[in-house]
Amino acid sequence: MFTSKTLPLFAVLVLGSSAALAADGPKFGKPISEADASAWDISIGPDGVGLPAGSGTPAQGAMVFAAKCAACHGAKGEGGAGPRLVGGQGTLPAPSIPVQTVGSYWPYATTVFDYVRRTMPWNQPKTLTNDEVYSVTAYILNMNGIVKDGETMNKDTLAKVRMPNRDGFTELYPNKF
Amino acid sequence: MSRRSITQQDLPKVAANGLIDRRVLLRNSALLAGAAGAGFTGIVRAAAEPLAVDDWSMKIGAGVQTYSTPSRYEAKVVRTLANPTNPGNNQARTPHHLLDGMITPSALHFVVARTGAPDIDPDKHRVLIHGMVRQPLVFSLEDLMRYPMESHIRFVECGGNSAPMWSKEPIQADVQALHGLLSCSEWTGVRLSTLLDEAGVDPRAKWIVAEGADAATMNRSIPLAKAMDDAMLVFYQNGERIMPINGYPVRLFVPGYEGNMNVKWLRRLKLVDAPIMAINESRQYTLLLESGHAWRFYYPMEVKSFITRPSPTMQLQGPGFYEISGIAWSGQGRIAKVEVSADGGKSWALAAMSGPVLPKALTRFRMAWQWDGRPVVVQSRATDEAGNVQPTRQKLIAERGAPRNTPPVTGFPMGHVNAISSWGIDAKGAVSHVYV
Repeated sequence: MFTSKTLPLFAVLVLGSSAALAADGPKFGKPISEADASAWDISIGPDGVGLPAGSGTPAQGAMVFAAKCAACHGAKGEGGAGPRLVGGQGTLPAPSIPVQTVGSYWPYATTVFDYVRRTMPWNQPKTLTNDEVYSVTAYILNMNGIVKDGETMNKDTLAKVRMPNRDGFTELYPNKF
Repeated sequence: MSRRSITQQDLPKVAANGLIDRRVLLRNSALLAGAAGAGFTGIVRAAAEPLAVDDWSMKIGAGVQTYSTPSRYEAKVVRTLANPTNPGNNQARTPHHLLDGMITPSALHFVVARTGAPDIDPDKHRVLIHGMVRQPLVFSLEDLMRYPMESHIRFVECGGNSAPMWSKEPIQADVQALHGLLSCSEWTGVRLSTLLDEAGVDPRAKWIVAEGADAATMNRSIPLAKAMDDAMLVFYQNGERIMPINGYPVRLFVPGYEGNMNVKWLRRLKLVDAPIMAINESRQYTLLLESGHAWRFYYPMEVKSFITRPSPTMQLQGPGFYEISGIAWSGQGRIAKVEVSADGGKSWALAAMSGPVLPKALTRFRMAWQWDGRPVVVQSRATDEAGNVQPTRQKLIAERGAPRNTPPVTGFPMGHVNAISSWGIDAKGAVSHVYV
């Protein structure tokens, strides 16, 4: 029970102590170095930042694709249980039925590497080596006429690939932040 | 109220084809009873059969279950799997035509899951915050659940919900198939901003890449401003821990933004200065327009509503009184009003909203209706507190170009389809999906 005389003093004490606690706050996160977190850090930016060491060519990728990808995506990336990966250029404007593939729609080649590495093959994700991912990426881009036969994909060359539909998007949000 | 004969003209009509003022029905049921008694509905009901004591009143019932399951008579109230043979893109839709109120039972929450539900041990699960921060941090579930928690009732809607409405011809399917990638739950967890402050965000950081621990390791870029505004890490769904397929043991929650951004099985948050251009923001969840150009980073789910009763595949049992009911929501705040039309959008009446009306939550609406047995088209149109009005189908088509084909009901020809839905009722009472 507080009297009118003790209440202000009590309020000052409570406010004072809670302010001290608030400055401290609950802090339960455990510090970790970026090096120790690197096994989880598979992010790759559209500028190529985060691409790992390794390399591959379309010819090498064709072999990996036949073994690990063709069952769902078709021998030539024409699609099946999995989405079509090749073709569709010129189908985006009406009245065509749009065929949105890596070649016709995807704006960044880095996304192909990133998605294959993190999610594919669908039933065995994260089992391909970086060389295999580079080579499969090279093969998919090659089937779409974006990368030439014999061209090697690595962290430098892949980041420089310019996708045909790179400028096909209107970014509503980056302008807001 | 005198006992005079009441004709249809005596009930305050609020719009054409029999929409009537709900308040009259609620405040003076004698009026309705009198109306029915005076042959207002045009139907004379047969007397009830004499009552007998039922079997189930004569014996002990089933014992209590450790976790209840619905009555066996409700076996049809389930999620339908759009493509169960392809777990690579498993979908399950909420049966809104069989539900009422504003909360979706957790076991009926919609699902889009690329690689199934991972079997995550909550004692071993970790959440990493790193990138452009002063100090990268790792949290166990036990750590995270020691922070002050909040509970909010909020909807989650897939960016591709209602895609079957983007079709040349109206697809004949129930609202579960047409609008079922939408659910609403009470979500409980901690503010993301609290954790970000602890890690110390670099002022140059503008985005957060959120990533799951599932086999797909699904990732998306979230604007930092949203993360600091009302984003949460949530652990509880409708009072119990999140269902495995909905993100157990922890999911990111970004209220009002498209469902895919509420990253399930959250394991990593990386602060960056630009979007990462993951597949789910550079290829999926983009809106292809007539010109061949596409919109991307189109996050808040727009104001929308649809009528759940009556709705396609249902059958009205003859002329008379019906309650029209449905749900409305907006990713931009509260629903300000819902209007209902029974003449294909020519006249509109204000529906009653069953409280509470919460921001970024489903709002149940109800409208009293006296059907005279003639063919009608019923619609609902929601307006949110920011003044956004649910558009007509024609308006959406004018913005984006006409649908180019009639896709399968499981197809995703367009995202963020929030046009007014039209349900046609023929003289026999059969309800179908129509365009007006």
